[in-house]
This record gives sequence, structure tokens and C-alpha cells, in this order.
Amino acid sequence: MNLLNIVVALPAIGFLVTLMVPRDKPQAVRVIALMFSFLTFFASLGLAIGFRSDAPGAQFATDVIWIPSPEIHYHVGIDGLSLWLVLLSTLLTPICVLISWRFIEKRVKEFYAFLLLLSFGLVGVFVSLDLFLFYAFWELSLVPMYFLIGIWGHERRVYAAVKFFLYTMAGSVLMLAAIIYLYNRASTFNYTAILEMLASGKLSLTNGEEMLLFLAFFIAFAIKVPLFPLHTWLPDAHVEAPSAGSVMLASVMLKMGTYGMVRYCLPMFGGAAERCAPWIIVLAIIGIIYGALVALVQPNMKRLVAYSSVTHLGFVVLGIFTFTQLGLDGAVYQMLNHGISTGALFVLVGYLYERRHSLEIADYGGIASAAPWLSTVFLITTLASMGLPMLNNFVGEYLVLQGSAQANFSWSVVASIGVILSACYMLWLYQRVFYGATPELVAGHVFDLKPREWAAIMPLIALMVWMGVYTSTFLPAISRTNASILDFRKMNIRIQVKNPPISPYLSVSEVRHAR
Amino acid sequence: MPADFVPKTIDLIRFLPEIILTVTGTLLMVLDAFAGRRWSGVYGNFSLLALAGSLAAAVYAFGVPGPAFSGMLMNDGFATFFRVLVIAVGILVVLASFRYLHREGVETGEYHALILFSVVGQCVMVTANELIMIFIGLEISSIATYILAGYLREDRRGNEASLKYFLLGSFATAFLLYGIAWIYGLTGSTNLAAIRGVLSSRDLAPSGMLVGFSAALMFVGLGFKVSGAPFQIWAPDVYQGAPAPVTAFMSAGPKAAAFAVFLRIFMTAFEPVGAGWEPLVWLSALLSMTIGNFAALTQSNIKRLLAYSSIAHAGYVMVALAARSETGTAAAMFYLAAYALMNVGAFAAVAHLAGKGERFVSIDDFAGLAVVQPATAALLAIFLLSLIGVPLTGGFFGKFYIFKAALQSNLLWLTMLGLLNSAVAAYYYLRILVMMYMREPGEAASVAEPLSIGMKTALVLPALGTLFLGIFPSAVLNFASKSAALIR
Repeated sequence: MNLLNIVVALPAIGFLVTLMVPRDKPQAVRVIALMFSFLTFFASLGLAIGFRSDAPGAQFATDVIWIPSPEIHYHVGIDGLSLWLVLLSTLLTPICVLISWRFIEKRVKEFYAFLLLLSFGLVGVFVSLDLFLFYAFWELSLVPMYFLIGIWGHERRVYAAVKFFLYTMAGSVLMLAAIIYLYNRASTFNYTAILEMLASGKLSLTNGEEMLLFLAFFIAFAIKVPLFPLHTWLPDAHVEAPSAGSVMLASVMLKMGTYGMVRYCLPMFGGAAERCAPWIIVLAIIGIIYGALVALVQPNMKRLVAYSSVTHLGFVVLGIFTFTQLGLDGAVYQMLNHGISTGALFVLVGYLYERRHSLEIADYGGIASAAPWLSTVFLITTLASMGLPMLNNFVGEYLVLQGSAQANFSWSVVASIGVILSACYMLWLYQRVFYGATPELVAGHVFDLKPREWAAIMPLIALMVWMGVYTSTFLPAISRTNASILDFRKMNIRIQVKNPPISPYLSVSEVRHAR
Repeated sequence: MPADFVPKTIDLIRFLPEIILTVTGTLLMVLDAFAGRRWSGVYGNFSLLALAGSLAAAVYAFGVPGPAFSGMLMNDGFATFFRVLVIAVGILVVLASFRYLHREGVETGEYHALILFSVVGQCVMVTANELIMIFIGLEISSIATYILAGYLREDRRGNEASLKYFLLGSFATAFLLYGIAWIYGLTGSTNLAAIRGVLSSRDLAPSGMLVGFSAALMFVGLGFKVSGAPFQIWAPDVYQGAPAPVTAFMSAGPKAAAFAVFLRIFMTAFEPVGAGWEPLVWLSALLSMTIGNFAALTQSNIKRLLAYSSIAHAGYVMVALAARSETGTAAAMFYLAAYALMNVGAFAAVAHLAGKGERFVSIDDFAGLAVVQPATAALLAIFLLSLIGVPLTGGFFGKFYIFKAALQSNLLWLTMLGLLNSAVAAYYYLRILVMMYMREPGEAASVAEPLSIGMKTALVLPALGTLFLGIFPSAVLNFASKSAALIR
């Protein structure tokens, strides 16, 4: 049995097993959920070990017919792009189980069942190579998250959950229309086959068709990312969700959007992407600056982190739509970085909430003296999130800025303001929460990290350093895949564009820039 | 001629499901008169047996396909598909009725007999191959349903529902009959294939305007029966007033049968003038989806909400009809199967929670159901997710096939508007999920009785069916595609 199928199936099996456990045995549910999420993680480590970054195409692939007519396949496989995102999902699931251990006291069984179902959906999204399968997983991941926010969230949880569901649903129905349209034209849902048909000219779309299809996909992804001005569901969902929900949402679910852009929008509709890129980049840069400015004035910690996500994801989108190797590498790397560092931030904010039962910054202060280890860990995460060299975010942001400088220097200049601003809001947050006088409530309630909490946060801290120092563990696989995506994009454009680019080795934007 | 008048054995076999149901229905009426309330507990079991028998007969009859009674009926795959569907709906409704009728203290043979008669009517409708038989089947089914809607005699809402349904329904049937008369006058036949032959021949074809008029008359009649806009006005009041299990029945069985007739008439007889009626169906589909979904947003009564939702779902099926293709027909068939399962399930859950005298039919009454009765809530959640159209449920594949067929026929705008509509619809289904899962239990949930065996079966079977259609849709879809080719 293929290892990838095991990784996909384990959370689903875990979900079913969890459902079987009697309601009055919450501890058994926790242990089972932890076991299954750990097993999934170890299995996915096997993927990383067995992955050959020099081989082209999808690895660990399985392709069997699920539904004969219209032909829908269970077609999964991983490449450099999906490999690390799968690992990110499988790593964060056990962490989420750990941080919810004491925090989730009511309806424990449902909570862990939904968490595992979510993990199943997320892994599925990243490994699907069949458009229909992808859509099925995409929608499926919506349901458990909706319940996680709606049942175990904070005061305005119902509002946030419904808003989250409807926003995503509205975007994805258009994507469904586009997928069906593509199927009617190509008579297959097979992603690789469609790419080849587009490249060989067997399937050629008119400019109008291509643009509409691109937009249908792109809007669905942009809502998920979320790109300014479609971001308004994000702060609500993040603030109201329980810690585990916030972590999964920020670290993995948002990546579904940017992953979709790289995987589907760029190679399949390269021409339309090219034409829309200036507008998208403007929106991304507005998102970077706007998110940072709004984060600066938030009185609520989770809301601050949520808006910082808008900034970080803005960088990712900027990197993607520069169409440069560096920019794309940076974007993908930044997806992982954001998953690690923002995930860690939400974990830590969750710890604080469990102790003091407040998310307001004003309620805190002087934690550095009350809980030194917690403060240290938080500081490292803060610095990582700001993009300090030697820590992970720096690499991603640097590559994105370098890539966008190749495409258009002024983009980099404006975007780098975002980096400065992120230092402002993160440091200011740290200062207000961890330094200064210690209020009585904080001194009385905020104790230092417990072993379970250490176990949940340590892997993330280690990864921050690892990814900041030794990028060659991760980057070669990513670069390789990105290069082939850029190749496909160029091939698709050449059919479209009247005047082909001068050199086949340079992308259109580079040529234009050179002039 | 007299020799022909005696039906052949094979005709009887092809008609066996209807015979079983009619005989049992009549027996139940007689039993009711003689045994009265002493046997009140067993009538339901009788009717279950009869339905199971006729289900088996329908499947068996599929092995000997062909026309019956000199071509009046056509026992083909299409007929079998819908026969099985309406009989299955009948079984689920009877299962869901046991506890409900007991609670209301109105267990009679009459109720079950009426259900059986209505199912007979629907079976005749879906098997009929010519307009008079269609009309007879429709009348049998409708009249039984009118009475069922007012089954609780003491209930004023039920009386209102029944009367309204009866008056408007007979009016609509009259339209249909008038249309039949016109088309007979124009083509000299009531046989669907013969009508098609006349309409598609160059020399014989009557004036397009007259054909259009008769098609429009039939469209009005059938549009009413499937509660498609702009003939949907009756649905919310009737669905609300009728007893909950009857509503479950009305929203699935008669609707599916009416759509089967719709497909047969418009895809067989009126297929040559398809370009003429397509805009009509297009508009009606859009109106049904939009009116249904937007009106459902503001409802506070669960039965009214589901009534509007069923109008919207009729709209989705009409989208498939507007596609005017075999894939469209197959998609409509698949969707109706998925819809019948999820809707009967949802109404069964409503019937379960409603309590004596249907006190708890507000959406707020579902508050905290997941805490008190997690199994019931989970089953209802499956139906609601399927109604929304979430993957791995039958509702999702149904929508997918419908919009795929529509896009194949280049109905780009209808597809976009339909899909956006289904995103709007998510909101009101989510409201029920929110109530069940995210609120503290209220009065209704705390006094809810545990699931009886019948009710459990009536919830679990459709839930399994919904999931089956969502994970392994191909079996049903293949059958639908094969039979869709038959009605041309």
C-alpha cells in the first residue's frame, strides 16, 4: 500500500474510530485522537524521507477510478509544492490535539472527531490531482471548521462560523462551475492531463474563456487566502475560534488558497494570470500595508495576529504573481513559515487565554517576570514573525522581495514597508503584554509552561530555527516544482500571445522588464 | 376485439406493483370498517408489507420490460427507477408515521390506505405512456394526497391546507386536462410517441402556436404539481398545515412522480418543439430557485422553511430539464432520488421532534438537539448538509450532475445563477445546524422522546442512502443514464 494513501486515510479512520467511542469517555477520545494524529504525522515523515527532490512530476501517486461516468478518479500524488504543506497539516494536527487537551471540556468527542475530519480534508486538498477530488476535499474541509468555530468558539462564535462558511461557499460554487466547464471542454478532471492538453494546444481556450475560468478559480482562492478586500471574514473567524481552530485555520486553511493559486491558476491560465497580475499585486500590496496598519491598533491579541496574517499572506500572493522563480520559491516558503510562526503565535495566545481568560492586551503586562519560559518562547516566535534573520520568515520575505524586485522594483519598495510595520506591531504587542508592571490577576494566574505545553510548542520553535538556518532541507524540492509550474505557464502563454517572447528561457514579464 | 380485452398474463406481471398496492389499500379500508380501533396498531405493518411486496414486484417487472395494456403503460427502466423511488418514499413515510399517529391518537387503516392509493397513482403516472393514463394516475395520487393533507380533522390548519390544496390542485389539473384535449385535437393521439411523430413530421405538424399553447397549458398543470414558480404559492401553506409525515410524503413522492411525467411529456412528446419551451422552463427554473431560496431565508417555522427549500430544489431539477438532453434527464432522475431521500429524512426528523399537536415546529425548537439527542441531530445534519450540497452526500452529486448537464447545453447564465443560489441556500440550512449544535437545549429538545424503532429506521435508511449516493453515485447514475435514453 502506497504511503501517501495511508497518510490520507489515517485521519479518516481516526474520525470513524472516534465516533465509535462512548460519549462518557473523553479521555479515551483524546488518546485516540492523539494516537491517530501522531501516526499520520510519522507516516507523512516517511513521505519526506522517501521524496526525491530531483525527480519530476508527482510522486507516491495513486490513480484509481472512483466514479466511472463522468470519469472521476481518486488521483493523488505529491510534488515539492504539496509535500511540505501536507507535512505542515499533519504536524499541526497532533499539536492541536495537545493544546486542546485541557481547554476543551465540553463535547470532547465531537471536537476531536471534527479535528480529525478537518485534517483529512486538508491533506486531501493538497494531494489531489483530480480537479473534482480537489473540489470535494475543498468543500469537505469547510464543514468541520464550521463546527469547530461554531460550537467551541468565543462569544460571537455563531456569527463568525456562519460568515466563514458563506464566504467560502460563495467563492467555491463559482470554482465548481469553472471545473465543470473545463471538464466539458477537456472531458477529463485529470489535472496533469489538462495541463498537457493546454500545453500541446489540444485544448485551447479563447482569451475570454481563459479569463473567466481564471477569475472563477482565483476568486475562490482569494477569499480563502484572504486577499484584500475579501478578508473581512478572517478576523472574526480567528478571534472567535478556539485555539486549535485558529491554528488550523491560520496555518493550513489559508494556504489552501495560495496553494490553489500556484497549483491551478498559474499553470492552467497563465495568460489570464499575466493580464490580471498588476491588479492582483496592487491588492496584495494594499493587503500588506493595510493589514499591518490595522494590526497595529488592535486591542485584542487574536485579532492582531489575524490581521498580521493578512500582511503575511499578502507577501505570498505578491511572490506568486511576480512569475519569477525567486518570487515563487519565496511565496511557497513563506506559506510554510507563516504556518509555523503564526500557528505558534496562536498556540501561545491560547496558553495566555487559558490562564487569564482574556484576549485583551490591556489585561496583561509583566508576564516576563511571572512566566519567564513562556515569555522566551513568545519572544522567539515574535522575532520569527517579524522576519529576523536566522529565523524562518526572513528567508521567505527576502526571496519574495528579491523576486518582486526582478519583476518591478517599486513593488519591493512599497512591500518592504510592510516588513517594518510588522516589526512595529509585533514588538509593541510583546512590550505591552510581557513587560511593565504585573497586574495582580496576571501574577496570580499566569504560570509557566507545563510539559504538555512544552511538547506542543517545541517542534514549532525548532522548525523556526531550522527553516531560518538550513533552507536546503526544504527549498530544492520547492524550486524544482516551481520551475516546472513556470514552464507550463510559459508554454500556455505562447499559444495565446501573438508575439512570442524573444527567448523561451525568459518569462514574458522578465522580457518586458528588460526593455 | 373481445379476445384482446382480457389482459395477458405478462401485462398483469408488468402491472403487479400497482395491483398489490390497490388490493391491500382496499383491504385496509374494509378492515378499518370491521375491525375498527382494535387493530389500529397493525395497519401500518400491513401497509409496509404491501409496499415491500410491490417494491419486489417492481424490481421483478424490470426483468420483463415492455408495454402493457396495448401500450397504455410502458414498463421500462425509466418507469422502474421512479416506481422504486416512490415506493421507497412510501415505505419511509409509513415508518415515520407509526409513532406520530400513535402520539396523535389517530391510527386508522384509512391513513395507510390513502398512502397506498397515492403511491399507486404515482406508479401509474411514472409508468404511463400516454396522456390519459398520466391524467388518471395524477388524479389518483392527488386526491389521496388532498385528503391526507387534512387528515387531522380537528386541526384547523390542516383543514385549511387540505382545502387550499384541493381547490388549487383541481384547478391545475384542469389546465393539464385542457392541454391534453388540445393536443389530442391537434395530433389525433394521446400516445406520447405518436404525438412526437406528428410534431416532428414536416407535413403533418400543426401550427406552432397551437402546439405551444397546449404545451403551455400542460406546463401550468405540471408546474403546479412540482411546485415550480410561478405556481408555487400553495406549497408553504399546505406543507405547514399538513401533518409532518404527510408533508414528508407530499414533498417527495408526488413531486418525483410529477417530474417523471414532466420529463416524459416534454422530452418525448414535445421534444421536437424543444426550442420553444426551453425559455419557459429556463425562466421557471430561475424563478423557483430564487423565490424558494430567498423566501426561505426569513422563515421561522421549520415546515415552511423546508417548503420553500423544496420549491428551490424543484428549480434545480428544472435546470436539468432546461438542458434538454439525455444527460439532463439522467441528472434530474439522480437528483430526484437524492432529493427524495434527504427531504423525507429531514421531515421525518421534524415529525419526530414536533411533539403532540405539533407544538414544536419553530426553528428555535431545534436548539440544543445535538446535546440531548446526538444521534438524531447527526442524522438531520447529514440531510441538511446534503441539501446544502456538501461533497460526499447525494445532494452534492445531484447538483453537480445537473449543472454539468446545463453547462453542456450552454446554459451558462442559468448555471451561474443556480450555483450562486445554492450558496444563498446554505445560509438557512446553517441556521438549523446552528440551532442544533451551537445553542443550549430548549424546551422542545428536553422533552423530546427517544427515537422509536420506526422513526430510527426512517432516519437511518435515508441517511445511509444519502451517503451512498454521495460516495458511490455511479450505480444509480448509470441506471438513470441508461433509462434516460429510453424516453426519447
